[in-house]
This record gives sequence, structure tokens and C-alpha cells, in this order.
Amino acid sequence: MISATQTLQGETRDAIVVGGGLVGAAIAYGLQRQGLSTLMLDEGDIAHRASRGNFGLIWVQSKGLGAPHYQHWTHGSAKAWPGLAEDLSEATGIGVGLHQPGGLHFCFSDAEMAQRDALMGQLRREAGNAGYEYRMLSVAELRDMVPGLGPKVVGASWTPYDGHASPLHLLRALHAAFQRAGGHYRPNARVEAVTAAPHDFSVSLGTAIVRAPRLVLASGLGNADLAPLVGLAAPLRPERGQILVTERTREVLALPTHVVRQTDEGSLLLGDSKEDMGFDTLSQTPAIMRAIAQRAVQTFPWIAELNIVRAWAALRVMSPDGKPIYDESERCPGAFLANCHSGVTLAGAHAHLLAPMIAAGALAPEMSPFSARRFDVQKAA
Amino acid sequence: MFRRRPEARPAPRDRLVDVYVAGAVVRVPEGASAAAAVLLSSAPAIRTTPVSGAPRLPYCMIGICFDCLAEIDGVANRQACLVPVAPGMRIEPQQGPRAARPDHNAPEAA
Amino acid sequence: MSYDLAIVGAGPAGMAAAIEATALGLSVTVLDEQAAPGGQVFRAVESASGDPALAGEFLDAGGALTASFRGVTTIAYRPSSTLWHLAPDTGALSLKAGGASSELAARRVLLATGAQERPVPIPGWTLPGVMSAGAAQILLKTAGAVPQGAVVIAGQGPLCWLLAVQLLRAGVGPLTLLETGAGGALWDAFRAGGLWTGRRLLGKGVALVREAKRRGLQVVRGVRDLRAEGDAHVQAVHWHGGSLPCDTLLLHEGVIPSTHITRALGLDHDWNARQLCWRPRLDPWGATSHPNVAVAGDGGGIGGWEAAVASGRLAAIDAAHRLGKLDAAARDARAAAPRISLRSALSLRPFLDRLYAPAPTVLAPADDTIVCRCEEITGGQIREAARLGATGPNQVKAFLRAGMGPCQGRMCGTVVAGLIAEIRGASMEEVGALRPRAPFKPMTVGELAREPQDAAA
Repeated sequence: MISATQTLQGETRDAIVVGGGLVGAAIAYGLQRQGLSTLMLDEGDIAHRASRGNFGLIWVQSKGLGAPHYQHWTHGSAKAWPGLAEDLSEATGIGVGLHQPGGLHFCFSDAEMAQRDALMGQLRREAGNAGYEYRMLSVAELRDMVPGLGPKVVGASWTPYDGHASPLHLLRALHAAFQRAGGHYRPNARVEAVTAAPHDFSVSLGTAIVRAPRLVLASGLGNADLAPLVGLAAPLRPERGQILVTERTREVLALPTHVVRQTDEGSLLLGDSKEDMGFDTLSQTPAIMRAIAQRAVQTFPWIAELNIVRAWAALRVMSPDGKPIYDESERCPGAFLANCHSGVTLAGAHAHLLAPMIAAGALAPEMSPFSARRFDVQKAA
Repeated sequence: MFRRRPEARPAPRDRLVDVYVAGAVVRVPEGASAAAAVLLSSAPAIRTTPVSGAPRLPYCMIGICFDCLAEIDGVANRQACLVPVAPGMRIEPQQGPRAARPDHNAPEAA
Repeated sequence: MSYDLAIVGAGPAGMAAAIEATALGLSVTVLDEQAAPGGQVFRAVESASGDPALAGEFLDAGGALTASFRGVTTIAYRPSSTLWHLAPDTGALSLKAGGASSELAARRVLLATGAQERPVPIPGWTLPGVMSAGAAQILLKTAGAVPQGAVVIAGQGPLCWLLAVQLLRAGVGPLTLLETGAGGALWDAFRAGGLWTGRRLLGKGVALVREAKRRGLQVVRGVRDLRAEGDAHVQAVHWHGGSLPCDTLLLHEGVIPSTHITRALGLDHDWNARQLCWRPRLDPWGATSHPNVAVAGDGGGIGGWEAAVASGRLAAIDAAHRLGKLDAAARDARAAAPRISLRSALSLRPFLDRLYAPAPTVLAPADDTIVCRCEEITGGQIREAARLGATGPNQVKAFLRAGMGPCQGRMCGTVVAGLIAEIRGASMEEVGALRPRAPFKPMTVGELAREPQDAAA
């Protein structure tokens, strides 16, 4: 049995990140790059790991209506992505399959087209000086971009900012780059208790205690329980999504769409769905799987003959308004929190923008609308 | 790679089926699988893999390993060991990943 | 359609369970992926009759059981049907057959999905010309076909000897058996006991070995470090201290329960350290950790076809009891005979399990050996992922795609876990197993998209 004192001496770091999914790993990697000796704590093999269920879009269009700060953050992340992908490839040799050719959101009626146009126009107005380029494309224009559209498609919206990458390669690359930069990784590490003093956090893992002046909570749905320990709040609920994956095919889709994308390996990913199933990721609902298949076939009838080789259900981390939560603790300075359901889209921002703020000790003022305090205001009103 | 034993399994003519493996006629007992037909043919491989292009032949014959994926009667990536032969069946070895066919008339679907 | 009992698999366990359950007044459906009943052990027994190479138990016992099964016409038998989803709480089964999806309901589900041969990841095992020993036997059963040229069987287990005899009877030659068992296994096996109760089974085995040798089987014992070599087809097999030219290499290291569906359902499983395989946790009736689901036959633990028949009958009797057709006393009385035959069928297992204990190396292939045949991931890549921090096969799957191909991890899952256990110094229980998902077998997007039909009677 190792005594607590020995452990304390052995495991004191500049920062502890709780969570080894896409959000935690991107932040931990960013902190380590900033020169902070960082410890990343992770769960084991069977975890509610949203990262393993991510569709893989880097998606800017339709994000942040009525919330210019979120639109701006998402857009900024998309811009940071090429740098992140290059850094990761250089550090680890792992290609994350980044492509940002713009993306398509299909509409199936003229009314839907008009609605979509109005939404995109609103986003452009809200973008202000930051700019927001988009186009509504007719079927004739789409024919040159994607093959074999279904007869019910009447058009699509397109922005140049959208793209996609492999969530799984990204996760592995972040872990590998983090460790190669000297970061410490500890799996099967369930947080049992946190003792918090300003700039001094002790995290009990049952068999060991680890300590650091900075603590970042990035454990997805797990943050709901951890946040109150350091004077923060994370009002989150799980929203289940299912995704279907086909066998590898030769390259057929040159750009990602909101319902189908083709991976570098050649598989087509068909998504996605929204269900309220609590924490259940084991059961699958044939009716939902069927609806996903039907939507894919409606968009691209030729997908019907491809084989589905796997499917999965995973839990999105949803806040009450669906937008990310980034927070820092007033009661326990040095404690930060990050929650979102866009671990791929926002990876660039997390590694290159958020991590430097945490390393510097405070979130930038423009991050304040992301604080969970916004939900107190809503409740009061 | 394999051979039949007509001397030990004298099958009446109507219980033998002629199929085509990579264009060549192969005579196979009724009830045997398309994968068996490939192994009775002189085809060096039933497919090349989509990952490295390595040649493969059926490995398990019980529907587990998926190394017998082949194009059967125009349908790609079928598990040949689970498809019984039928007269005139065309079994084509697959080269690498299958093609999606956006220009092909897709089967009617929901 | 709705049934009292849905049985998945028409091998010995499934057929025996269906016959018994029907006799006890249950409405029964049997789904099977194959076009004809028999499972793998009695595969194509109806069409193989008269083949002298297969004379013996296969034709006699297999033929009789299959004929009895066919004789019970009230069983709703669905050949060429693949189960792709099962909701155990509601008893809803989703099938695909003939390009269409259909659904049926059952009050109780019996999984009789049998065994698969243990994957044998050696260098070169993906070469054309290398296949499992069972695969060669399937070709003999279904097509009367045998491999041409020099044939080598490599591995261990009763099937190696049975197949050798069958191939030699069919005129194959030269035929060599490279036995991989450890020296001294026989003496260890004798200590397991059960030889008197199992004397009939032991006698069968001894007769097989004698016949194989009489027919000219060459046997090399204590073989290790197997390796298949060749350009686009296997040309030679090498091992520590020897090599042989060969045109066909047949690998076999025993059989293991198929746990794909029981795992997908999230049922409890136990690791069997002697047999190096997972088994669903069952009570003496074959009931699993889910109240509506039972397992019978080799899918619950390897016992061979006679044990499968007995366990199928026991599961059917238990189903009749649970569904109100038999009281506890009648259930126990009815179970007496199958319990005796189960005990007799399993009597030799401890001996065989020791005699043919798989070498630990089947879970620890060399770095340059392909482990995941679909995605072509090697042992070395998996070890590296484990060093990077992957604690189980699901994380390795995410990191490397091992287990993401069409076989859905059936071939690589346990080996991946074994490599993680080796690197991390963890037990197989700690490392865990892949969590498969529906569809249990690949199906087309179109098959899934079409509204399912209510499965016709």
C-alpha cells in the first residue's frame, strides 16, 4: 500500500484534466504544449465515451443562431483545425483525415429551402464583421458536387467552412501527441473525491491521490457530479444518437453532408438520430436505425445496396440550450470546466485557444456567455 | 485447390449445378455454397482486400471470417459461404473495395 | 407472428430443443442461417448420405436427429434466415431473409448458435491455401470435395484426427498432422479422470487415432512457432526445427463458444482460463443472466453434439416450466434422462481439455502477425495501442479499427484482448471483451430501410 504522502510527492503536476475523450485530450494536449506538466485521467474500456460515437463533422453551418459568441467560437475552431492536424501529424505520424471542402445540408421541399435560407441569412447578420459566407444550391448545381441525388432533394445550403475528420484517429493522435510531449496518462482512474483550495486541488482516485494547482473538468456527462465539488455547475443530460456505418467503398462522396459522409477508409457514415434513453447505450432501436437508413436512401438512393457492417449508439452531452459550457470557478480559482457535444468541431479551439487561456490562469472575457451562470439567469426570468 | 469425388459421391446430373467463377464454368453439387464453387475452381483468390490488396480465399466456411466476400450475380460483397449455388450463377472475384454505383438504378427502397 | 419459444440455430441443440419444446406443447420457431438443418457438426447431412468418407456418427446420429426434426412439422422452421437484432425485454426478433427484413415475437428465446473454431493467428494465415480445418470438413460434407496436392493439418484437438481420417478415406495424400500440444499433456490429462465414465467416447477417439495411422497419416509432435509461407498462395509451412512444402494448410486449435449475440445482449460471461475462451454464465438449465434468454449447446461451453442435444432438451423443459406448461416436479422428472446423458457426454471433457489445452501463444501472436484479418492490424500495432493507454478491446478498436470490419470482431476480439492483457499485466476479466452491436451480421441499407414484414407462419 502506497501512503498518501508518497503519492502526493510522486504525483504533483501543473494541471490535472479529468476526462480522456476528445474534449479532455484536446485540452490536455494544449496544456502540455504550453509547457505545463499535465496529468490526464480517463475511464476504462467501457465508458460513456461520446468521442467513440462522434460522426466526425467539423460543422459550422447552423451553429450558434442567436448566439454570435458560439458561432464565432465554432468558426474559430474550424480555422484552427488545419494547424492542429498538421501539428498532430508532425508529432505522431497519425493522419486525422482532415478535409474542409465545405459541407451540404439538404432540403426536401421548397418550404424547407426558404426556411433554411432565412436561418443562414440570420446567421450572416449575426456574424457581423466576422463574415459568414453561404450559398443556397439548386439541384442542378448539386449534381456537379455529389453523385446520384434522390428525386426528393430540392436543394441544399453550403458553407465553405465545413469539413470532416476521423474522430477516432483524432482521439488516438491527441493521446499520442500528449504523451510524446511528456504528458502523463492514467486510465481506469475514477475520481472518488476532490479536495479544493484556491490553486490547490487534490483528486482522490481510490488507490492514489494526485495534486495540481489547476484542475480541468472535461469528463462529459460525468461533469454533472464533479462540478459542484469545485463550485461550478454542469446541468447536463444525455441525448442518445445512433449511427450506421457501411463497408468500405471506393471514393464516391467528395464532401461531407449533414446525413452522410465518407471516411478516408472508404466507409460511409449514416447519421444520426436523437433519442432520450437515459444512460442506455446498449440497447438499439430498430425503428431508429430504419429511419436513419431511410433518410440516407432518400438522399442518395444508391446507398441502398451497400452493406451496413456496424452501428452504434452513443450519448451526446447536452446542456439545457444545447450550447457548450466553459467555466472557471470563483470559489476555487484554478478550476475550469468544459462541456460540449461537438468534440471534433471544437477540437481546434480546445487545443489552440482554450488551453492557452487555462494555462494563463483565466478564461478570456469573451468566453463569459458560455458560463453555466446563463442558466441561473434563465431560471430567474 | 479442391476437387470433387464423383466416384464416391455419384450425384445424378440434375443434382449438379454449373456456375461461373471468374467466367469459367465450374460444376458443383446442389446445396454447396458459392465459396465452395470458388475453391473447386482454379481462381487464385476470391478477392483482394480493400486495405492492402492482398489476395484471399475463404477461410472458415461457416459465415464467421468474411474472407469469402465476392460479387455474386452482380451484387458485391456477399458472403459466398452462405449463398447456395444456383444454375448459371456468376461469381466474380472482387478487387479491393467495392464501388458504390450512383449512376446505377438503385434497388427500390423506402 | 408470435411464439412461445424462438430458437436461434438449427444444430443439434436447436433441433433437440425444438422437438422437446413442441412435445411439451409450446409453439416453436427455429431460425437458422443455413439452408438446411444440422448446424456445423451435422452440416449437409441430408445430402451427404452415402459418402464413405463420412461414414459413422456423422451420417448415423446426424441423419437420425435431422430426420426427427424434419418430422415435427409443427415447428416453424426458417432456414436461410439471419437474426440481426434481438430485444430481449420484449422478445422482438428482427430477421433478414431473401433481401427483406421481418419481425417476430417470442415469450422466450433460446440461443443455440454453437461454436466457432478458435482463430489461429500465425504468420501467413491470411494466405490463400490456408484455412481452418473445419472449413475443409465443411467442403467435404457439402460438396464431397477434398484438397489437392500436399495437405498439412496443424494444431490440436479431436477434430484434427477426425478430419485426417475423413480426408485419408477420401483419398487425400500425402497428409501430415503437425501436433502443437505441449509434451506431457497426456499425463496431465490422465489425472483429470473421467476416463471410465467416458470410456465409450475415449474408445471412439482411440479408434480414430488408430485408423489415421493405419491409413498413413504422418504425425509430427510438439510443434511450435508455426508459420505459413508463400507468394500469392501457401507453398510451405515452417515450424521450430522443421518445414514441409504444402499446397493446403489446415489450422485448428479447438473450438470456442460463439458469444457474438450473447455479448451484444450484454449478458454476463465468465472467462475460462483453461480453454482460453469466454462463456455466457448459465444455470443448470441454460438460463442466462437475462430472464427471457437461454443458451444451449456449444454456445454455452464446448461439449460436443451429444451434450448439445441434452442441453437443448433441458433448456426446452425449463422453457415449458417457465411458460406454465410444466410444474416443478414434472420438469425435474422430465429432466432426469437428459441430465444423465449430459453428464455422460461431458465426462471426458476434463481429460480432453487438458490433453488439448491451447497454448497461451494463441492469444499472443508475434508483432508481425496479422490479428484483425479484415482491417489487417498486426500484433505489434495492438501492443503499441495498449502501451499508449488502451485498456480494453473497445478502445483498441477505436484507436486502430481492429474489429471494425465486416466480421465485427468475431475473429480478432479475444486475441486483441489477450495482447492488451499481456502488455498491461492485466487479467482477461479486467481487459474485457468487445461489445458487438446490431446488426449482428452485415445487411444492406436497403434491407434495413424497408418497413419490416410480420414474419409469416
